[in-house]
Amino acid sequence: MSGTFVGMPAFPEAARAAVSDETLRGNLRHATHTIRAKRAKAVAEVADWAQLREAGKRIKDHTLRHLDRYLVRLEESVTAAGGTVHWAADADEANRIVADLVKATGEREVVKVKSMATQEIGLNEALEAEGIRAYETDLAELIVQLGKDRPSHILVPAIHRNRGEIRDIFRREMGRWGRPAPDGLSDAPADLAEAARLHLREKFLRAKVGVSGANFMVAETGTLVVVESEGNGRMCLTLPETLISVVGIEKVVPTWRDLEVFLQTLPRSSTAERMNPYTSMWTGTTDGDGPRVFHLVLLDNGRTDTLADEVGRQALRCIRCSACLNVCPVYERAGGHAYGSVYPGPIGAILSPQLRGTASEVDASLPYASSLCGACYEVCPVAIDIPEVLVHLRERVAEGGEAVRDGNKVLLRPAKGHAAERAAMRAARWAFARPGALRAGQRLASRTRRLHPRTLPGPGRAWTAGRDLPAVPSEPFRDWWQRTRGGRDGER
Amino acid sequence: MSSRERILGRVRRALADVPPGEDSPVERGYLRRHGEGGASKTVALLAENLAEYRALVHRCAVGELPGVVAGLLAARGARSVLVPAGLDEGWLARSDVRRVADRAESTPAELDRVDSVITGCAVAVAETGTIVLDGSPDQGRRRITLVPDHHICVVRVPEQVVSSVPEALERLDPRRPLTWISGPSATSDIELDRVEGVHGPRTLEVVLAG
Ligand code: SF4
Repeated sequence: MSGTFVGMPAFPEAARAAVSDETLRGNLRHATHTIRAKRAKAVAEVADWAQLREAGKRIKDHTLRHLDRYLVRLEESVTAAGGTVHWAADADEANRIVADLVKATGEREVVKVKSMATQEIGLNEALEAEGIRAYETDLAELIVQLGKDRPSHILVPAIHRNRGEIRDIFRREMGRWGRPAPDGLSDAPADLAEAARLHLREKFLRAKVGVSGANFMVAETGTLVVVESEGNGRMCLTLPETLISVVGIEKVVPTWRDLEVFLQTLPRSSTAERMNPYTSMWTGTTDGDGPRVFHLVLLDNGRTDTLADEVGRQALRCIRCSACLNVCPVYERAGGHAYGSVYPGPIGAILSPQLRGTASEVDASLPYASSLCGACYEVCPVAIDIPEVLVHLRERVAEGGEAVRDGNKVLLRPAKGHAAERAAMRAARWAFARPGALRAGQRLASRTRRLHPRTLPGPGRAWTAGRDLPAVPSEPFRDWWQRTRGGRDGER
Repeated sequence: MSSRERILGRVRRALADVPPGEDSPVERGYLRRHGEGGASKTVALLAENLAEYRALVHRCAVGELPGVVAGLLAARGARSVLVPAGLDEGWLARSDVRRVADRAESTPAELDRVDSVITGCAVAVAETGTIVLDGSPDQGRRRITLVPDHHICVVRVPEQVVSSVPEALERLDPRRPLTWISGPSATSDIELDRVEGVHGPRTLEVVLAG
């Protein structure tokens, strides 16, 4: 995965910098609290939420357990409907495929719909290196791109920017990319949105190539689904002559009918709406309507390695709603950038170290970027037990063990500098072992709280102080971090 | 080895723990629809939810459609309107606005100069306040309901209205290009403050006829 931000410090250092940035903290607190309350209301409206969540989990699990079958089926359906399917084992291959497809059209620019997969592979930079300019068209992505910034939230990538900052970026940068910001642009959100509309419109109307991701791909029909709000997705999906969609292999669902679950759970979990303003569904190409050429690039890039881990594979159920970010006390204080990846928050803490491995310091530290309070699991619409995966990954970082990298079994050595973690883990396992059934179906985090000794002996004391602290939200993150140094006192 | 074979091979190795022949059917304990209610209640719910997402909702008898449509176009000050090939001509009988046909040759820039668009729909979902277009002759190409800034969508009630998302999917054909629309385009990207109208039509008017 080439999406590691270069020179990214490990999570503890990055988080420390973030929590001392008052603007960032204020923006984040406001944003996460607003959306949290709205989501709770949108979910409470649906009497069968628990059943929808369970069905979503099962559909995804079933698909993952037969992923080869459904990918082959998807390929057949897309091809039969007039599309062309490409397979990319890693980021470089996906970028090369897309760049070659764009070059074959003779075009030098593409319009893009916000897509986590293309951010993950660093597509924009790869295209730039080939002389192709990629224009982000989602308002928040535009803010990030114009501000030469990095996204900090899955759903609202510019959540760390307030309106004044956005106005300044628009005034300063829009002219360099195309139509300048209107004179005397104010910082009212409606005016800023209007400026973006005008700036992007000329790009949409002349675009010949669109690049997208997809929220879902239906194996039985070959249908792709993009869920969005602004209409930039519809623009990119219907106006260009060529459409290239880069989609992770885990986005496939078996049947048309399966969409009835996710089209109910995704909007309510992400934007807290009954339904998002626009959802586009297309199956191959349609004569006389929309792109004449459709390419689907199926992306692995660490997903099959993740699939090989029986505990960790549940992370592949994720539908990228971002609900777990919005409830996470660590995310709220540290911000998205501290996670050093396009996937921030609790999902990032379990997904990035699996997609990329734990060789780098930031990836090795990510499984510790959590207090295990369990709020992420409670809100997750596909019931990913994030605390369980975190503990599992911590153990792998601390103790080493078998994993799969690039399709090959490897033996990971214990990470350097995690001696305290190793000791703590041993002690914790000893404690867990006493009451018996560790995997009895209850949640690990709450189990931890009940059964864990309050402190562990020796160097493990620091570990318990950080890990087993149900009150993290009530203690300022900075203080907590300084007191425990992310639980790494033992080595310092 | 091609990447296709490499990836499929990795998937199969990764799933070595899955017993051969395992095929667990997915239990679907969720509801087909939320709440009971006859056709008129469902239509009322649709109107309420559309309005909550800032669509402008109008109700009339089918026979009143020409007058209502003419009134909406006049109130908007529209001088031109895009018309899908299969739209009921009668709906525009009382409008003297210039009609622009939905043609394959039109460029996006030409569509951008048209004031309004009028279409039917494939189905409407009451619980979510959603209308779905499927590119049928009375709805036209996807782009005609995207580029103009004003969209009038006629829903025939109660026959085109379903309660829920599961019921809507049952009625739709996945081979057609589908656009689900719930209110005008919107963004919450700036401090999570909802702003209506970014790239799609900033004004969505839904006429419930029947
Ligand atoms: S892990 Fe769950 S809550 Fe978090 S983004 Fe993914 S689906 Fe949403």
